[in-house]
Amino acid sequence: MLKIEGLMASVDGKQILKGIDLVVPSGEVHAIMGPNGSGKSTLSYVLSGRDGYEVTGGTATFEGQDLLNMEPEARAAAGVFLAFQYPVELPGVNNANFLRTALNAQRRARGEAELDAVQFLKLARAETKRLSMPDDMLKRNVNVGFSGGEKKRNEVLQMAILRPKLAILDETDSGLDIDALKIVADGVNALRSPQTSALVITHYQRLLDYIVPDRVHVLAGGRIIRSGGPELALALEASGYAAVIADAA
Amino acid sequence: MSALARPRALPPAWSQDAAAAFVARYDGLRVRLPGDSTMRAAGAATFIARGLPGVRDEAWHFTSLRPLAETRFAEPLTPVADCAAMLARLPSLDAPRLVFVDGRFRDDLSVVPTQAAVRVGGPAYGALAKPEREPMVALNTMLAGDGAAIEVAEGVDAGALLLVSLGSGTAERPVAFHPRHSVHLGAGARLTLLDIALGEGTYLHNPVFELAVAASATLTHLRLQDESAAAFHVSTVYAEVAAAGTYDSFALTLGGKLARMEVHATLAGPGASAHLNAAQLLGGSQHADFTTVVSHVAPSCASRQTVKNVLTGRSRGVFQGKIEVARDAQKTDGYQMNQALLLSPDAEIDSKPELEIFADDVKCSHGATVGELDTEQLFYLRSRGVPQDVARAMLVRAFLTEALDPITHEAGRAMLEAAIEAWWERHTP
Repeated sequence: MLKIEGLMASVDGKQILKGIDLVVPSGEVHAIMGPNGSGKSTLSYVLSGRDGYEVTGGTATFEGQDLLNMEPEARAAAGVFLAFQYPVELPGVNNANFLRTALNAQRRARGEAELDAVQFLKLARAETKRLSMPDDMLKRNVNVGFSGGEKKRNEVLQMAILRPKLAILDETDSGLDIDALKIVADGVNALRSPQTSALVITHYQRLLDYIVPDRVHVLAGGRIIRSGGPELALALEASGYAAVIADAA
Repeated sequence: MSALARPRALPPAWSQDAAAAFVARYDGLRVRLPGDSTMRAAGAATFIARGLPGVRDEAWHFTSLRPLAETRFAEPLTPVADCAAMLARLPSLDAPRLVFVDGRFRDDLSVVPTQAAVRVGGPAYGALAKPEREPMVALNTMLAGDGAAIEVAEGVDAGALLLVSLGSGTAERPVAFHPRHSVHLGAGARLTLLDIALGEGTYLHNPVFELAVAASATLTHLRLQDESAAAFHVSTVYAEVAAAGTYDSFALTLGGKLARMEVHATLAGPGASAHLNAAQLLGGSQHADFTTVVSHVAPSCASRQTVKNVLTGRSRGVFQGKIEVARDAQKTDGYQMNQALLLSPDAEIDSKPELEIFADDVKCSHGATVGELDTEQLFYLRSRGVPQDVARAMLVRAFLTEALDPITHEAGRAMLEAAIEAWWERHTP
């Protein structure tokens, strides 16, 4: 599904990603762990097409398409979703209206029929309920006045409604208490299927107790220095990043 | 002659010539002009002494009337018969309407209200205007044509009333008209005035409104200035609000080559309130100015101003907002916010907030922000699949929401939102 080869990227002329190779097949959840400043968030932004990140080498393809040449909205319509580490507040934009505009824009881009207001509201209410979110979250402005946990849940709600093929979760666990973490993990797990994949970016092993990955990769200094099964995350938790980085050197 | 007594420098020739042309029109027409000739003569004397406002007048520092002064206006002809295209742009609203074409009242296009007493024809001079302070009001007073005097009796809810101005000059024969309207709401009365200015071609629309709101009455004034791209629009509103009364206004400026809306609101009785919200959406080389003076005279009054500017092309927006708090106006609550969204590197905003406070127990705040669309917000929307142009439109509308949200009159709000929508479609590739 996602194939990254020799990916290099810089921000403000500073090289952050220094040659990443990664393959995420359909149906698999891969975790990317690494210390602060290792390039985790940069990888997620490069994959979703944010301005200001310059790709200086390598390729990334999604279902055979050249991801790096697509506009952010085209990547979304193709099925790539980024759950933001810091979800953005949109004052004056109603959450339900935002979700419906996004969903219908994606459906239109894929040549599918749009949902009318009634169909959409039915879908949104069902997902809101499943994520134990209050109904009024749909009526509020996007992320405005939301607590940290509510913002992350709102990301998962968007994911549940947009149904991406590949979800990239950028430190979705940061700032969550254990109850919120479980709700978020349940939301992600509910989307797991043989046709969908996820890239879970995290600093801590804790989230991976709830979203059990098929593969774990350690990112340090802009490269993946080690890959393994879920046990690698436990080893990292026990011995710390320094030991793994020293090992790999 | 001492330095202190130095006379004002003479206005530039273009200003003198333009003023002389307006005065010549008055001289030629005065026997035929309707209404109170004493009022008119006093206005003329003031205008002759002052001339057109210039950039040396502090209140006109950011707005030069030179393009207006360089246009020679003719008297409107007998109203042209066909205004169907412009009338079709009015909201379909089941409400009475007073329609003026090139400043003349058109009985055939109007539906007179039953809940309010209306006198039309001739200027509706009131007691609130200050021609000696505002030269464009002196000009209006001197040349005022038709107007509407609207009275709502004590305790009556008069519903909605459309007050419509259609302008129709041509580039070869620009016309000027100076309507003079007044509204008086009795105690506890209510009225929603939908004030709409549209037009085609080149003309000057220089209306003056005198609005008296008695105790516990509410005047909602929703204004749509969507004049033609070649038009000049200079309007002045004087609103005086008695105890516990409300003047609730929203003004949307979309049209005109050169436009200015000036509002003087006086909170004259305890517990009165005024909302002077506005939005200016400009493109091309448009210049629009929203100038307000809110006078807190009585204690415990509140004023709110949220003014938004969306500027594209080489347009220039101006906001000048002054809040005056008199010594006796304790417990004043004044708020003013001016925000501009610059969608082009060549657009410009000038913002001048002023507080003049003589009472010691007041809460007054003002603020101004200028910026472009937020790139993080744009990326967030696009990452969810929203195309860039739709995302931009969503963020511009979101920016305007704060100023539109206080509008509770649904049909009025729908009219303004439809006009914003149409504007956005005209200004996006």
